[in-house]
Amino acid sequence: MASHKESIIREPLITGKDITYAQITDDVLRPVENKPNKAWWIGFTFASLGALLWVFAVSWTFWFGIGSWGLNKTVGWAWDITGFVWWVGIGHAGTLISAVLLLFRQKWRNSINRSAEAMTIFAVICAATYVVSHMGRPWMALYCLPLPNQYGSLWVNFNSPLIWDVFAISTYFSVSLVFWYTGLLPDIATIRDRGTGLYRRIYSVLSFGWTGSVKTWQRFETVSLILAGVSTPLVLSVHTIVSMDFATSLEPGWHTTIFPPYFVAGAIFSGFAMVQTLLLVTRKVLGLENYITMFHIESMNKIILVTGSVVGVAYITEFFIAYYSGGEYEQYTFLNRFIGPYWWAACMMYGCNVLMTQVMWFKKVRTNIPMSWVLSIIVNIGMWFERFVIIVTSLHRDYIPSSWAMFYPTWIDVSVFIGSIGVFFTLFLLFIRVLPSIAMAEVKLLLKEQSEQAKLEQIKDGHLDPEQVEFYKNSLKKFDSVDVSVYENV
Amino acid sequence: MSSTKYILGLFDDPDEMMHGIDKLQKNSIPIYDVYTPMPIHGIEAKLGIKDSRLGYAAFMFGCLGGTTIFTMVYYFLVHDWPMNIGGKPHFAVPDFIPVTFEWSVLFASFGMAFTFFYSTHLFPGRAPRVMDLRATNDRFVIAIDAKGNTPHEDITSLLKEAGAVEIKHNDRKYVSYE
Repeated sequence: MASHKESIIREPLITGKDITYAQITDDVLRPVENKPNKAWWIGFTFASLGALLWVFAVSWTFWFGIGSWGLNKTVGWAWDITGFVWWVGIGHAGTLISAVLLLFRQKWRNSINRSAEAMTIFAVICAATYVVSHMGRPWMALYCLPLPNQYGSLWVNFNSPLIWDVFAISTYFSVSLVFWYTGLLPDIATIRDRGTGLYRRIYSVLSFGWTGSVKTWQRFETVSLILAGVSTPLVLSVHTIVSMDFATSLEPGWHTTIFPPYFVAGAIFSGFAMVQTLLLVTRKVLGLENYITMFHIESMNKIILVTGSVVGVAYITEFFIAYYSGGEYEQYTFLNRFIGPYWWAACMMYGCNVLMTQVMWFKKVRTNIPMSWVLSIIVNIGMWFERFVIIVTSLHRDYIPSSWAMFYPTWIDVSVFIGSIGVFFTLFLLFIRVLPSIAMAEVKLLLKEQSEQAKLEQIKDGHLDPEQVEFYKNSLKKFDSVDVSVYENV
Repeated sequence: MSSTKYILGLFDDPDEMMHGIDKLQKNSIPIYDVYTPMPIHGIEAKLGIKDSRLGYAAFMFGCLGGTTIFTMVYYFLVHDWPMNIGGKPHFAVPDFIPVTFEWSVLFASFGMAFTFFYSTHLFPGRAPRVMDLRATNDRFVIAIDAKGNTPHEDITSLLKEAGAVEIKHNDRKYVSYE
């Protein structure tokens, strides 16, 4: 720690005057220790209604079978796998923020990693529900596991990407859960030590008896670092394997070697968009503007821009390879995206993901909160359509024209999807109500060096290059939580 | 004889706490432990705490996980029930890589996390052994076992000099038990 000072040209990660360690605790725990406000109740009501819809639609599916969905012999995968891939992709940003940015020592991750990891877990839960419900008979999920059985034993086929996926998604979920919960321990201990009575006892059990002694912290940091190290290749492997569900088939539009990197970039892209969607609202409703600052918002927008452009390059590559391969089925599939009956889905996909995100080259857009929020929603929509186009548009017209068919969703399809969004938001809203949505211990690490007040002290002390100070002051203008007038006379 | 069991120096700034550790050590006063609301780098070195060996545990668990699943898949697909899939080899090593990797990561993560919980005595329901309730909030606490020979007043004044905002003479070791 200590006397090391950060360069003045770096933007602050905590804004506001007179922020102390106690202040951070108070600000972060306000929603946990007090009754929820009206905005929370309104959100929770809608979300839990959505969750109820999910329960209803999935029960309906289990009772009547997947015949209640709009699937047919030609289009055997549609909204179910679209929803599954969409949710898994959304989950990726959490691990990227908590693991990859930790390895790269990006300190701005400290204030967003907790809620992003929670989002990962909830998104993977939603994804898993799709996989189980698309089996039609959910108890058959047991047969994905290599368990001894009365047929021989007949084992699962480990040559199949679908079995790799079972292992990848379940590992991903459980490792994310361990990573998230270990990180929560010190913060749960903070709640415990501030509370009384039954409330305290509950958090005491949840805190595992955390004390914050030297040895505990030392081990904690080792565990965090190694978990980040193993989660990084894990998160890449998960969406790689998801993409192999398609890429190892012989279906035109699926059978491409670019799928793994293309899916991973798309996953990070959609995941960051979802983080942006959630955090822009959370910071406003919970009053966390000083911790999730404009710098965080702009950084995430930059990542959305980069990954969106990577996805754009992948799209162009797909088209080029379809043309260059000379395969007529391949060429038809890609042409069919625009001239076929699902042309509007392809327009949503390319328009939302590539064209719309290009406006983020402008700083004015990146630092504009309402526009960032709208763009994040657009990306979420676009990425859903990407999966829909890949799955349905490729399947509905492949080799034999006599088996060409259209896919029309039923109201059950739509309800399962809307319901899964309800499940996700219900879980997220419960999370911000009972657990700290910002990793307090990690944000406290930033206070002495990376906060606005520490930088102001640095300027007041002098000995800085005036040009750099000017640069710093200019960079503060975009922050909505900084009072720029303070800097006029220093 | 005083009933004080532990003397706590509460600091509101990590740098001053580090300064306090230096001062106490210069005066040969043994430090029992230090409790902080966030990880402070450099205390381990000052207190002579050895590097964590959890990394080795993670590596060993990872190897175990990879070996376990590879052996299982070998048994299933090569030994117990070899399936003829287009005449392709049964022992298709590239196909075994994804699951081998996943279980290496799974075992490494869980093995290491549970080793951490085990060695640090963390488990649900464990009574928290907390010496000061603000040590998880905004106080950096140096705890000194009061049984040593140094007069308590000397320890108090040393801590005060180092910048402690509060000094406590506790009769009980832990305040968290009801």
